[in-house]
Amino acid sequence: MKFITIDKKDWAKGIDKSRGTYQLFGPVTDINGCQIKALDADVQPEMEYTDSVLSAKSVLFPQSEKILVTSLNEADDDHHIMKRADGDYTPRAVIGIRPYDARAIQLVKMNFDTEDYRDPYWCDAYEATTFVGLAINKPGPLDFSTSTGTGPFSEDGLDILLADMDDKFLAKVLTPKGEAYAAACGFNTEADAKESQVLFDVMRKDAEKTISSSVETDKLKDKTILDLYEAPFWDDVAFSCINCGTCTYVCPTCWCFDIQDENKLKASSRFRNWDTCMSPLFTRHATGHNPRGEKTMRVRQRFMHKLKYFLDKYDSGIMCVGCGRCVKSCPVNIDIRQVCETMNNYEKKE
Amino acid sequence: MDTCIQKIREIAGDLLEKGEVERVIGFAEGSIPMATSPVAISTKEDAQKLCFSSTCGLNLANYASKEKGKKIAVVAKGCDSRNLVTHIVENQIDRDNLYIIGVPCPGMVDKFKIAAEMGGEITGFEEAGDTLIVSTVDDKKELNKQDYLRHNCSLCTHKNPVLFDVLVGEEVEEQQLDNAYPDVDAIEALTADGRWKHFEELTQNCIRCYACRNACPLCYCPTCFVDESGPQWVGKGQDKTDVDTFHFLRAFHCAGRCTDCGACVEACPMGINVRDFTRKLNKDAQDMFGWEAGLTIDKRPPLDAYSPDDPNDFIK
Repeated sequence: MKFITIDKKDWAKGIDKSRGTYQLFGPVTDINGCQIKALDADVQPEMEYTDSVLSAKSVLFPQSEKILVTSLNEADDDHHIMKRADGDYTPRAVIGIRPYDARAIQLVKMNFDTEDYRDPYWCDAYEATTFVGLAINKPGPLDFSTSTGTGPFSEDGLDILLADMDDKFLAKVLTPKGEAYAAACGFNTEADAKESQVLFDVMRKDAEKTISSSVETDKLKDKTILDLYEAPFWDDVAFSCINCGTCTYVCPTCWCFDIQDENKLKASSRFRNWDTCMSPLFTRHATGHNPRGEKTMRVRQRFMHKLKYFLDKYDSGIMCVGCGRCVKSCPVNIDIRQVCETMNNYEKKE
Repeated sequence: MDTCIQKIREIAGDLLEKGEVERVIGFAEGSIPMATSPVAISTKEDAQKLCFSSTCGLNLANYASKEKGKKIAVVAKGCDSRNLVTHIVENQIDRDNLYIIGVPCPGMVDKFKIAAEMGGEITGFEEAGDTLIVSTVDDKKELNKQDYLRHNCSLCTHKNPVLFDVLVGEEVEEQQLDNAYPDVDAIEALTADGRWKHFEELTQNCIRCYACRNACPLCYCPTCFVDESGPQWVGKGQDKTDVDTFHFLRAFHCAGRCTDCGACVEACPMGINVRDFTRKLNKDAQDMFGWEAGLTIDKRPPLDAYSPDDPNDFIK
């Protein structure tokens, strides 16, 4: 672990230099706001951004991804045998990822990379990726990341953490992957490690102090699933919900997907697409029966998964990193902080 | 505005106390600035939760039609009332089960435009008549509301509810427009390629969350065509053809029924102006049939009625 300083005048040149060996992703703004996207050769990551509408999860888990292919032509020997689709797993780097999004990727990893199963698409992408984080000097009003196990200067899941110091970035290089990326950019002005750590600590404390929003999750663990599941408040929580997929799609930790086959002439492809537990289709059986046929059931599922099932299963806190995106984007203002409070404080009446 | 909120609460409380309705559907204050949330109230005490402001941009007719068989009251702006009319005409709501608390509408504000003006995250939002007082952590500005109205509100000619049981304020003056569709004219003036490019760019960041569809009171099909799986009509991924097919067909399903309430745009997390699709069809309904949706419960919408005066040649 070492610190380096990067003069902002050298930044763009270094980023361009790394394009020789890395495919770059980063924040870019267009008419629909800021998003984390693959950067075209002439586009620099926007390091001044406040937040992106969607999280960085799409870097590893695109909304639509071709995973398998086959031929439907019976003259081919291997017709109808699914083979893995070509994917590009050469080194990639996501520049300017927020610390809470990097933490979210670690939570998603618990699902895609387990002792029993390894999702090859996600894991290969993960291994190919270097995460260059940008600390948040001024967290926004909806940021409650310090109460979800991360924070504006959290290093979890990052290879490099950059702190914006006006005319320069101070970079904490956390892993060999991070070192390799810094070298590819030609960033090598080493800074005094002790002094830099002190600076980081001061900036982290200042940033954390400005966070005014929080959630309490301390009592969730001791509640039984059925007590929460059968609690009387779900109809009220769900009333305003229009069952769109916004909360799940903007969420950095929502990992559910749907599998779809698409045929074109004699070629068939299997895709996986983001899915959303807000949609009735998510659980509709082939028989037509739907175990989550009512809106309230679907809303309850989202919050129970994030705030109870995940917590019970992995013992790593809640499945929420406090980015505030769902709070901001929900068309009807369903606020996960309020739902979490309701669940955390709920006592079953005997 | 304050007296209007007071009246909404009084009337709602009264209706619930007397048992005239089971629930009152209105707006409640949100948890963050510039947010409100649709709410169903069932006790007189809870009626104090009801609010009204320039941020009540969703359309409550969308909620009313889901309360089938119940006697309900709905807080309705001009556009909500027009969608209630549409629901009555389309047999989605029984007029006898519906009590409309009409609100002469001062126009709703464009949250994306205000956010863009302020730069940072909004931490405070207040209204004082036509002045919006908006704060961020580092800044506080007074904005003229008329400059930040939603586009549909700036062109609205039915601010007053068209159907109501009670009004909570004085009717507001309706504006007369020389041209109600300047935006459609601008798109029509483009070349075919230019129009295609316009719509391609419009939907380039659509994430298919279907917030536009689900916020729309017109979209009440038990199963939407994009959700059909046997047979499946549309691909589910991010292929542009599939994304566009959804938008085109959704718009056509709204032809002659859309009131331009703007709930679709209000709900879109990506800030896509999906009204660019529906507005053209509204204009066509106006030009071809002299029709504006949801103004009266006595007429069938043009696309579900036969008329010997139909402007199309095939009928003659």
